[in-house]
Amino acid sequence: MRFTLNGKPVAVDAPPMKRLLDVLREECGLTGTKEGCGEGECGACTVLLDGAPVNSCLVPVAHAEGAKVTTIEGLRGHDKLQRAFVTEGGAQCGICTPGFVVAASTLPRGASLEAVQEGLAGNLCRCTGYAGIYRAVAAARGGGKSAKKKAKR
Amino acid sequence: MASRARAGNVGRSVPRLEGPEKVEGRARYVDDLRFPGMLHGRTIRAPHPCGRLRAVRLGPGGLPLGLVVVGPRDIPGDNVIATIEDDQPALAWGEIRHAEEPVLLLAHADREALWAIPAEVDMIPGTPVFDPLASPRVFKQIRIAKGDAAAALRRAPVVVEGEYRTGAQEHVYIEPQGVIAVPENGGITIHGSLQCPYYVHKALCRLLRLPPDKVRVIQVETGGGFGGKEDYPSVIAGHAALLALKARRPVKMVYDRGEDMRATTKRHPSIVRLRSAFSRDGTLLALEAQVVMDGGAYVTLSPVVLSRGVLHASGPYRCPAVAIEGRAVMTNTPPNGAFRGFGAPQTLFAIEAHMDRCAQQLGIDPVKLREKNAFRPGDVTATGQKLPKDTAALPVLREAVRRSDYHRKRIAWAGTGRGIGLSLFFHGSGFTGAGEVRLASKASLELTPKGVRILVASTEIGQGTRTMLAQIVADTLGWPLSAVEVAPADTGLVPDSGPTVASRTCMIVGGILQKAARELKRKLGRAKPAQYLARHGALVVTGQYEKPAEIQWDEERYRGDAYGTYGWGCDVVELEVDPVTREVRPLKLTAVQEIGKAIHPGLARGQVEGGSAQGLGWALSEEVVMRDGRMANAQLTNYMVPTTKDTPEMDVTILGLGYRHGPFGAKGLGELPMDGPAPAVVNALRHAGFDVREVPATPERLLRCASR
Repeated sequence: MRFTLNGKPVAVDAPPMKRLLDVLREECGLTGTKEGCGEGECGACTVLLDGAPVNSCLVPVAHAEGAKVTTIEGLRGHDKLQRAFVTEGGAQCGICTPGFVVAASTLPRGASLEAVQEGLAGNLCRCTGYAGIYRAVAAARGGGKSAKKKAKR
Repeated sequence: MASRARAGNVGRSVPRLEGPEKVEGRARYVDDLRFPGMLHGRTIRAPHPCGRLRAVRLGPGGLPLGLVVVGPRDIPGDNVIATIEDDQPALAWGEIRHAEEPVLLLAHADREALWAIPAEVDMIPGTPVFDPLASPRVFKQIRIAKGDAAAALRRAPVVVEGEYRTGAQEHVYIEPQGVIAVPENGGITIHGSLQCPYYVHKALCRLLRLPPDKVRVIQVETGGGFGGKEDYPSVIAGHAALLALKARRPVKMVYDRGEDMRATTKRHPSIVRLRSAFSRDGTLLALEAQVVMDGGAYVTLSPVVLSRGVLHASGPYRCPAVAIEGRAVMTNTPPNGAFRGFGAPQTLFAIEAHMDRCAQQLGIDPVKLREKNAFRPGDVTATGQKLPKDTAALPVLREAVRRSDYHRKRIAWAGTGRGIGLSLFFHGSGFTGAGEVRLASKASLELTPKGVRILVASTEIGQGTRTMLAQIVADTLGWPLSAVEVAPADTGLVPDSGPTVASRTCMIVGGILQKAARELKRKLGRAKPAQYLARHGALVVTGQYEKPAEIQWDEERYRGDAYGTYGWGCDVVELEVDPVTREVRPLKLTAVQEIGKAIHPGLARGQVEGGSAQGLGWALSEEVVMRDGRMANAQLTNYMVPTTKDTPEMDVTILGLGYRHGPFGAKGLGELPMDGPAPAVVNALRHAGFDVREVPATPERLLRCASR
């Protein structure tokens, strides 16, 4: 199985139905992608597949054949977002954080609070109540204001 | 000099120490670790909630080569998980008390082959007890009495009574439980996701019959705990250690989400009956409370959960006559355990839901009723504790009412399907007076060439322990934060600072470290650390907990100063109810909480936000469905923790009045935010027209209560 992992071509010898999550963690040694539930509910295993966020616990590695896979280790150009997760309280225990950072990296600049909530609805965090995560996204990428509230007033 | 030298870290939101590793994916959790020759472990569990075990059979079919099997006979020490009582076996062998009871352990290098092995557990099923009110076995009973409540209830002009129930709650730390046990140096080393290294250490010494220096417990980066990793790690670490010692190879045991949800502890379900007596002007005259907590199959921590529950059962109100009776009972379900709040959210839910019903019956505004009866400094609690100056029930109440515009919305929203409700609550910081004395916690500082290293068993599980303790030490020494390191929570390196529970790490362990830092500073004199080390050699200063003289607690009679001090909070919840589906949408939560000095305001705010979100989940959507003694919805698809779409805007205000025995005036914080949301939710639902006395307030429950 061949695909591009964090910008570099890789070839792995794995059964085609093996979860992309396990291939990344076991064959490729990239443990930044976490398993939280194994059923696509928590988003801790979020990676980018050709630029789109997916739950790697639900993706058979065959599906990644020829694709570009980006994990937290290979995320480039989002230092500001990552720093903001630290300074704004977006990361507490940290186990969901790689998934959140990867998912948040795909949000458009200046996104409204509702758009951020929609974009991150597939990721669960049990520590922060999400407030620190919204602050981090807003600090790094602007926006974060409620579109609804503005409309109401 | 000591008082002058402040480096100014305390009270500032400095960057958390372990932040960069976490956001870059470099932080290594237990499942990210591998050891040479490592095997994977698996637990075989009982099929029925009670009865007698006859046999466990593996197969049919051949078993994989190299399979390691551990049964009760392979246990070198006592077959118990040492906690408070020795009733829970590591591996059950005669009596089975719950349907997830471990009966046999397996290990193999190939995880898939291991899980493919068929196992049959042969049992003679018995008749299980699931209703705590019908339980024949009481684990613990506690009574608190002040004045003559029965007489006051007989005479009072207004008496309100009610029954309030709360459900179990699953922690859903995003990282499931896991450990790796490594046999080495004639003993065992545990690398685990855990809150309390020395709890595991104590349990393993008993189970493995090893001297303390042959058991080493190292906490690795831990993906959330919330109490769930307080007592259960002793079970999973025990299992992995038994397998590792027999296999003579490292064994990794990491539960998947389903096994974690089914087998590990949950918040105790509760039933609380209250009767309260008032004068016509709303003065609280007497309160009677009966508290029942469902402990599950074994004692574990239930006596202490019950203790905290009854100590908070009369709420933040002065009352001349109080009679509280609490029981923790056995049922044939997996043992319930510690969960943020530890019994207090259950009883505070009852009293705060009750107070709004009392207000209704008395025809008094719920805020006025609380203002009239809330504790002031100098008031005396149900146990006879005279409350200190930092008693902040009224300040938090008034500020939350003001910030949320409660009174205006209360009138404007009547009959609109929207509701607004509040709750007033408090939370004892640390263990009870006697509990902290028994723990006798220690914390050390070791001089390094660059500065100092903190040696504590207190764990970082997301709340920011390392950063917060480093701030306290840095400012006490008057050194920059960069001069302070924090050692890993490794029993081979650090003294027993007590467990990381009970909102005690900052106030208690931080306080011990502050004393140690003062001592270290005195010893150092004018010397720089490197100079001192060159002249005198190594320097380690160890501090130990000393009870402030004025704290007096009588554990036998439940009289005196239950806790050194209390945190105070008021939550206001605004919500709307879908008229057709009865789905509740929280719109906003206003939280005003008094926690003494916030050492790190950003981390403190994160505790309030995160704890409040967990409280909202418990109040609205998180329902543990038990079927035949087993969790039927052990997956995140239908056990619903709040997502971004379910969590409302939160307006958090932290008041800091200060506690004179806390470091820089800090009190406990971690659990307080869990206490308020659930009663505020049902009080908002009451405002919206729903008489709910049980959480979670699911649409099904609201449909039933609307049709009543």
